[in-house]
Amino acid sequence: MALKPAGFKTEVHNDWCPGCGDFGIVNAIQMALADMGVQRDKTAIFSGIGCSGKTSHYINTYGVHTLHGRVLTFAQGAKIANPEMTVVAVGGDGDGLGIGAGHFVAAGRRNVNMTYIIFDNGVYGLTKGQASPTLKLGEKTKSLPSPNTNSNVNPIGLAIASGFTFVARGYSYDIRHLKDLIVQAVKHPGLSFLDVLQPCPTYNDLNTRDWYAGADLMDEAQKRHSRIYKLEETGYEPTVHYDSEVEVNEKLSQALIKSLEWGNKIPTGVFYKNENTTPYTVRLQDKIPNYLENSPAKQTISKDGHPNTDISKILDSLEV
Amino acid sequence: MSSVDFTWLIGGPQGSGVESGANIFSRVCAEMGYQIFGKREFYSNIKGEHSYFTVRIADKKIHSNVNDVNLMASFDAETIFRHYDEVVSGGGIIYDSDIAETKTDAVHTLDMPFKERLHKKLESKNKPFTVAGVLEIAKEKGVLLYPVSFKSILLTLSEETENPRLKGLIRMYNVIGVSLSLGLVKMPPDSLQKTIANIFSKKPEIAKINQQTATYSYNFAATKFENFDCSLPGTQKEPGTLLVQGFQGTALGKMACGCRLQPYYPITPASDESVYLESNEILEIIGDRPGSTAVIQTEDEICAMGMTIGGALTGTRSATCTSGPGFALMTEMLGWAGINEVPIVITAYQRSGPSTGLPTRHGQDDLLFTVFAGHGDFPKIVYASGEIEESFYDTSNCFNYADTFQVPVIHMMDKFHASSVITCKRFDPEKISIDRGLLLDKVEDGYRRFEFTEDGISPRSRLGMDNGIFWNTGDESDEQGHISEDPILRVKMMDKRMSRLELILKRIPNEEQAVSYGIEDYTIISWGSTIGPVKDALDMLKKEGISIGLVQLKLMHPFPAEYVSSLLKDAKTIIDVEANHSGQLGKLFKQNTGRDVDYFILKYTGRAMTSTEVCDALKKIVQNKAEKREVLMHGA
Repeated sequence: MALKPAGFKTEVHNDWCPGCGDFGIVNAIQMALADMGVQRDKTAIFSGIGCSGKTSHYINTYGVHTLHGRVLTFAQGAKIANPEMTVVAVGGDGDGLGIGAGHFVAAGRRNVNMTYIIFDNGVYGLTKGQASPTLKLGEKTKSLPSPNTNSNVNPIGLAIASGFTFVARGYSYDIRHLKDLIVQAVKHPGLSFLDVLQPCPTYNDLNTRDWYAGADLMDEAQKRHSRIYKLEETGYEPTVHYDSEVEVNEKLSQALIKSLEWGNKIPTGVFYKNENTTPYTVRLQDKIPNYLENSPAKQTISKDGHPNTDISKILDSLEV
Repeated sequence: MSSVDFTWLIGGPQGSGVESGANIFSRVCAEMGYQIFGKREFYSNIKGEHSYFTVRIADKKIHSNVNDVNLMASFDAETIFRHYDEVVSGGGIIYDSDIAETKTDAVHTLDMPFKERLHKKLESKNKPFTVAGVLEIAKEKGVLLYPVSFKSILLTLSEETENPRLKGLIRMYNVIGVSLSLGLVKMPPDSLQKTIANIFSKKPEIAKINQQTATYSYNFAATKFENFDCSLPGTQKEPGTLLVQGFQGTALGKMACGCRLQPYYPITPASDESVYLESNEILEIIGDRPGSTAVIQTEDEICAMGMTIGGALTGTRSATCTSGPGFALMTEMLGWAGINEVPIVITAYQRSGPSTGLPTRHGQDDLLFTVFAGHGDFPKIVYASGEIEESFYDTSNCFNYADTFQVPVIHMMDKFHASSVITCKRFDPEKISIDRGLLLDKVEDGYRRFEFTEDGISPRSRLGMDNGIFWNTGDESDEQGHISEDPILRVKMMDKRMSRLELILKRIPNEEQAVSYGIEDYTIISWGSTIGPVKDALDMLKKEGISIGLVQLKLMHPFPAEYVSSLLKDAKTIIDVEANHSGQLGKLFKQNTGRDVDYFILKYTGRAMTSTEVCDALKKIVQNKAEKREVLMHGA
C-alpha cells in the first residue's frame, strides 16, 4: 500500500534552525517518495556531512549518513551492488562541489541510475558560515571576516560538463515544484542532478528568502518581482529527443548558457535531459549478461557453508 | 642423484620481453617437474629501464630466492653490468657478442650511483669500462662465458626458414636467450616446444616463428656451448601443481569465497589483482546460473573505499585492493566502516614508502600504519599472509572475520608476493568454509541495527531487505543508528564496539593467529612474505647443525599477546626479521608483550630478502658477532 508523505517521516527531532530552507527540501523528498509510491525498504537516502547530512535521519527509509564529500561514492557502491534500490544522495554545496568535486565529476561520467540533490546555500553552516563553493567572488556574508576571495562554481554547468544526464534546479520555498522535479529526477534512467537553492537564514544574509522573492526589486506599485522563474513557463525545451550528436550538442550548449543566468533572473526547472545515454548498470550488463537479474547483492555464494563458486577451470589453466 | 638448486637470471630493458621470457622458462621447468620460485624486479617505468627476473629451480619445495646465480641470459649490456658479479664460479653468462665493446657511458639507463660503484670496481681490477671489462672479472672468478651473436642467429634463421621478416625481429631476443639457456642445461626440448605452443595458442603464426627460433637456439647451445657442469633433465612432477603469480592467490580466494564487488583505483603493485578479477568476472556457480564479480575502476581510492562500503551495506561481500599511498587515502572511511560495523576487506599490497617511495619495489613498511590507521578508537583486524599459497585460504578467512565480527579487515600482502611466480599445491576450495555471521535473511518488526547484545554483535540487515530499515552515521549513534550525543549511551556504544577486539582473540583459532615452526633458544618472529626466505634460511642452517625457531605472526591486530608470549616463553633470544627500517613488528611485539626483541634483521633496499643473506645474518647472531640491528643489502 502506498504511503502518504507522513509515512516517510521519522520520529527523530529535527534540529535545523527555524526558517531553514532544508525543511522544504526534506518535505519535498518525502512528498516525492509518497507520490511515486516507492517502498520504504527498497529506498535508501545517502547523505554527506553538514546540516544537510542529517536529512537521512529524518526520512523513514534506509538512511546512510556518510562522510564529508563522499556521499556519491557510498551511494554508487550500494546502487551497483543492488540495482533494485531507489537511491537518492543529498548533501550541501560545500560537500558536493568543494571537498567532493572530484567524485561529482566522476559520477557524471559513470551515469549510475540514481539522484543527487545539492542543498545550495553558499555557506558552510555547521562550521559557522564560511564561504562555500557557490558563493560569488567578492561577496561577504555576515560571518566572513572579509569578502570571498574565490570565484564561484556553477553547479548546473559543472553537472552538464561532467555528463549528468538530467540536470535541474529547484527552490526550497517552492515545495510543489521541487517535489515534481524530484519525481522526474528519480524516474530518470541515469544520473540526475538537482541544484536546490536553499537560503540559510543564519549565515547567508545575502541570498535570503526575501532576496529570492525580489523584495529589493519592488516596482513603483510596491510589487515584488521574484528573481526565481520557471524554465518550463518560457517555452524552454531541455530534452534530447533524437540522440543525434547535433541535437545533443545544441541542448548541452543551451543548458550551459542558461546556467550562467543569475542576478535578477534565476532560472529553475529542468535544464537538460537525455535518456539516451546508457546508465552504468546497463554498461555492466553489457559485460555481465545476467548482472541485473543476478546482481552482486542477490547472488548466493555458498552451499552448506562452503563455496558454490566453481573455479576449477581457472585452476586447471594454472596447473602445470 | 644430487639435489637440484639452480638459479637462472634474465634481464633486459623494460618492454623487451623479459617477463614473457621468464614465463616460458618457468613454465618449462615446472612442466618438467621442478619447483619454482621466481621474482620480478622492475623500475617505475614503461619502457627502457632495466628489469630482470630470477627463477630459482629445485627438486624440492622452495620458499625464496638465493644470492647465487648459476646461469644468466642477457641480451643487453646493462644486464651484464648490473648482474655479472652475482654469477657464481662454475656458473655461466650467455651474452650477445655484438655488444662486448659497449662502454658503461653508452648505457644511459645506468644511474650515477651505480656507475660510480662499478667504475671503482673496474678501476681496482684494472679493467676497461666496457662489457668485456666486467666479463673479464667474471671469467677470472671462474664464470664460463657463452658469447653468441643474437643478430646472426636471426640472420641464419631467416635464411633457413626463408622468412625475411625474422632478420630484424629483435623482440625474439628473449626467446633466443631462454632457448640458449635451456639448451645449455639440456632440458628436454619437447617441453619448450609445448610451452611455446600453449602460450601462443591463439596466434599459431607467432607460435611457429617462436618455435623455429627456439629450436635453432636450443640446438645451437646444446652443440656449440661447452663445459657447463649442470644439467636439468627433469624430475618427477608432483600431481596437482600450480604455477601462480603472487596476486592470483588473493584473487582466486576472492572468487571462491564470494567477493562480488571490488572497486579499485590503479596502483602498483596492487592493480594486477583487480585486473585479473575483472578478466575472470563471470563465475561458474555449482547448480545455479552464472555469478559475477563487479570490478569497478574508480576515480580515486577514496571512491573505491566508499563504493566498497556501500556494496557491503547491501550484504554483498565487498573488497578493494590497494597499496600504501592508496590506503592512506582510505583511512577516514576506515573509521566510518568501524563505527558502523561494516564488514569489508581491504587487500593491501605494500610497497616501499614513505610517500611514493620506491613505487615498484618491495617493503613491509605499513604494518604500524595499518594497525593504527584511522582517527578515534574502533575495532578492526589486520591480518598478514606469509606465503602465496596461504593467501588463497587467508583471503577467505578475512571475509569470514569481517562478516562474523562486523569489522573492516585489512589483509596485508606486499610487492614481493605480487611479483613472485611460484609453484605450489593446487588451491583447494573445499577447504574453505563460508561464515557470514549474523547477516540476516529476514527481519522481525522492531529491528534495531546496533541492538545491544550479550557478545556485542548485533544481527545485520542489508539495504533493500524487507522490514530491515536501519540508519548509519559516522556520528555516534543509538541502537537504530540515529545520531546521539548522550554521554551514557556513548560509553555503552564504545564498549560494545571495542569489546570486539577481545572477542576476536577469543574466537579466531590460535593457529590462525600465529604459527609456530618450533621454538629454540634463538627464535625468530616474522610476518608476511619475509616468512619465505626465513624458512629457507632455517633449512640451510639446519644442514650446518644450527637450529633456530620461528613464530610467524598472522593476526597483527588485535595482537595475540598472550598466545605469542606463551609460544615464546622458552625462547632465550628473539630475532625480528622483516623488510622495513624500524622493525615495526618488533615495536608492536614490545608494546603488546612487554618483551624486547634482542636482534633485528632488516632490509629496506626495496628488494626482498634472499634466504642466503638471512642465513648469513642469523649465523652472525648465533656466533655472537652481530650488531643488534643487521641490515641486509643484497640485490640489484
